Amino acid sequence: MLSRVAESIYWMSRYVERAENVARFISVNLNLSMDLASEGHQQWLPLVTTTGDDKLFYEHYDAPTKRNVLQFLTFDRNNPNSILSSLVGARECARSIREVISAEMWEHINNFYLMVKDVGGADGVSEEQLVFYEQIRASGQHFIGITDATMTHGEGWHFGQFGRFMERADKTSRILDVKYYILLPSPQHVGSPFDELQWSALLRSASAFEMYRQRYGRIIPANIVSFLVLDRAFPRAILHCLSKANDSLHAISGSDPESFSNLPEQRLGQLRASLAFTSADDIINRGMHEFVDDMQRRVNAVGLALSNTFFAREADVA
Amino acid sequence: MQQQTSMEQINGVSEYDVGDFYDEMFAHDSSPRDNCNLLYKRVIGLTSLDLQRRKLAAERSMVRLGITFNVYGDEEGTERIIPFDILPRIINADEWQWVTDGLKQRIAALNLFIGDIYSDQKILKDRAIPEHVVRSAASFRPQCVGLKPPKGIWCHITGTDLVRDQEGKFYVLEDNLRCPSGVSYVLQNRQLMKQAFPDLFESLSVRPIDDYCGKLLDALNYLAEDRTDTPTVGVLTPGVYNSAYFEHSFLAQQMGVDLVEGRDLVVQDKKVYMRTTKGLARIDVLYRRIDDDFIDPKVFREDSLLGVPGLIEAYEAGNIALANAPGTGIADDKVVYAYVPEMIKYYLGEDPILSNVPTFVCWDEKQRDHVLKNLDKFVVKPANESGGYGMLIGPRSTREEQAKFADLIKANPRNYIAQPTLSLSRAPVIIEDHLEGRHVDLRPFIIYGRDVFVLPGGLTRVALKKGSLVVNSSQGGGSKDTWVVEELP
Repeated sequence: MLSRVAESIYWMSRYVERAENVARFISVNLNLSMDLASEGHQQWLPLVTTTGDDKLFYEHYDAPTKRNVLQFLTFDRNNPNSILSSLVGARECARSIREVISAEMWEHINNFYLMVKDVGGADGVSEEQLVFYEQIRASGQHFIGITDATMTHGEGWHFGQFGRFMERADKTSRILDVKYYILLPSPQHVGSPFDELQWSALLRSASAFEMYRQRYGRIIPANIVSFLVLDRAFPRAILHCLSKANDSLHAISGSDPESFSNLPEQRLGQLRASLAFTSADDIINRGMHEFVDDMQRRVNAVGLALSNTFFAREADVA
Repeated sequence: MQQQTSMEQINGVSEYDVGDFYDEMFAHDSSPRDNCNLLYKRVIGLTSLDLQRRKLAAERSMVRLGITFNVYGDEEGTERIIPFDILPRIINADEWQWVTDGLKQRIAALNLFIGDIYSDQKILKDRAIPEHVVRSAASFRPQCVGLKPPKGIWCHITGTDLVRDQEGKFYVLEDNLRCPSGVSYVLQNRQLMKQAFPDLFESLSVRPIDDYCGKLLDALNYLAEDRTDTPTVGVLTPGVYNSAYFEHSFLAQQMGVDLVEGRDLVVQDKKVYMRTTKGLARIDVLYRRIDDDFIDPKVFREDSLLGVPGLIEAYEAGNIALANAPGTGIADDKVVYAYVPEMIKYYLGEDPILSNVPTFVCWDEKQRDHVLKNLDKFVVKPANESGGYGMLIGPRSTREEQAKFADLIKANPRNYIAQPTLSLSRAPVIIEDHLEGRHVDLRPFIIYGRDVFVLPGGLTRVALKKGSLVVNSSQGGGSKDTWVVEELP
């Protein structure tokens, strides 16, 4: 497979996952803000923090109002992580590899992009905004389904899987980082409906609410950490994502899953092992923020190693 | 209940103005031509609303499927569809046979000519055409002298432009031997037409065109058959921002081969490799859609970032086949074009089946004087431009424009030709709720592989602006599907 093509599949997949995640964050926060209206509690800045773009936001907007944050995260082309920017990126990648992906995949991405672009062109989001973000989430999930059902599960597909799961692991860790403070008990809210709302909002940001209930029932901070970080079967849990990404890396190289044959496999294997042998209490005692920081640094290092190993243009070794 | 107006009421036989032109669908008395009868009945049976709905549905699918071309110098929203008219242009099978024979003859002669020019130059030594005409052509590539393309084929893919005059006679306007585009639209238009008029296909027995990509792949594989049984073929594109990118991607996809860019390729030991996730992988044949000038910075333009350094050296060594071969542009020079009838006589000993548009070459003093005296009647074209740029259309020009061209011609006579203004044929297109005649041309596609294959039909391009003669998509042209149908008994 051409290196450029593999790289485009990887990024196409990441961008779609990114757009879907941002839409879900927004959707959850829109719901939350309606429920908390009586509290006079409008929290929009944490959404920007979740994508790590505070600095950029303040370069273009003066205050984190609902309108500004929605514009920044959804349509703003100055924000490389906005939903529209992600879809432009995904579509550009898809367009450069149309001969490799299935016709349905291309058609879906093209329509996905046109849908968001058209709404953006019509003066941003309106009263039906919830429906709009649900549509984006659904379109992202459709793309995963179409990819799974129409593209040969070969090398290219595995690059896509790898990209998707690395992006997802990153996003789940960011949710924890930003929202973790609400899991800490505050005297006035313990046991109140407000508390319950916040906790379930956090779980919903990772589409984890129902699955968490099935697994643990009551909402307890340590269990939430355990579920979102260490669960082996929940598809948005960090450990699960890293395992899936690891499977795809080994499928690409054909090497023994218990060993490694290149740098990205080595780094990812080490990261996965360190998570697999840790506990929620370890993480909490060490400090959530420190954990997430370390996590993201190591996820980036795996991505860099992947790029150098498979995409680098200097690698002229026959 | 109010009934919707049908096309017949709005635009019956008497309403459509054939004008003083050859019309592709109607005879001079405005009755439909024999082979267009069924189409005509079908169309007038539809309400104008219905017809517009079908047209819109077709255009919407083009956006949805991303059947687009890029407009240069624009930013986002740069992809446009080529406006598509859903009334097909119909050509009789026996007339098509004659066109096919003419194209095959022409391609055979042109291929021999290019090979001759880059080797012995016999045609120049025998003075069948003037030597200085070839030597002075901007598209003559001295770097190509001595090249020996596999199987002796230079022009593997050609997209000849044909036009009809007032009498309905076909002429060759341009040969387009470099990187002609448009075939992807032909193939996609046909798919859209099958949705718009499924029943007509069955009753008219329209010649199918689906085997184009298969034929193309065969022709490309053929070029490497002496070296390997399992050649690796690729389509070489300048990239996603090229105006014909959709076509490059479409052809690669349909043939199931890699679509590569210059940066994906590397030359080592005069062999060409692709950069893959598993290291370098050898490639044997390139259908290149990058112009000669940009294909190898070591041989042609040094500043090209699109090309592959060392590609021509690998080609000379016989390690990579290129389609089309470098150098074919020499026959696209409009002054050289004027001598194609001489080439056919010289190489094949035959009379040309398809005529050239009568062409005056301005390097010749007598012809130049004639042109200069009659600038208001001629179309004047520079020898080495395409896309309809840099022309003077005499009958529609001002005195100042004529004076400007007179100076241009006198300053550089070699660079100009003149042709009488042709009254191009027209075809009816849907304009809002009725039909109007618009000028059309025809670009058939020819593949030169083990033998020569002419795709039945081709791209009918339409000048959508009323009265306009310019069919280029970059200047507001549209397209129609072209149907070759058997003569009805």
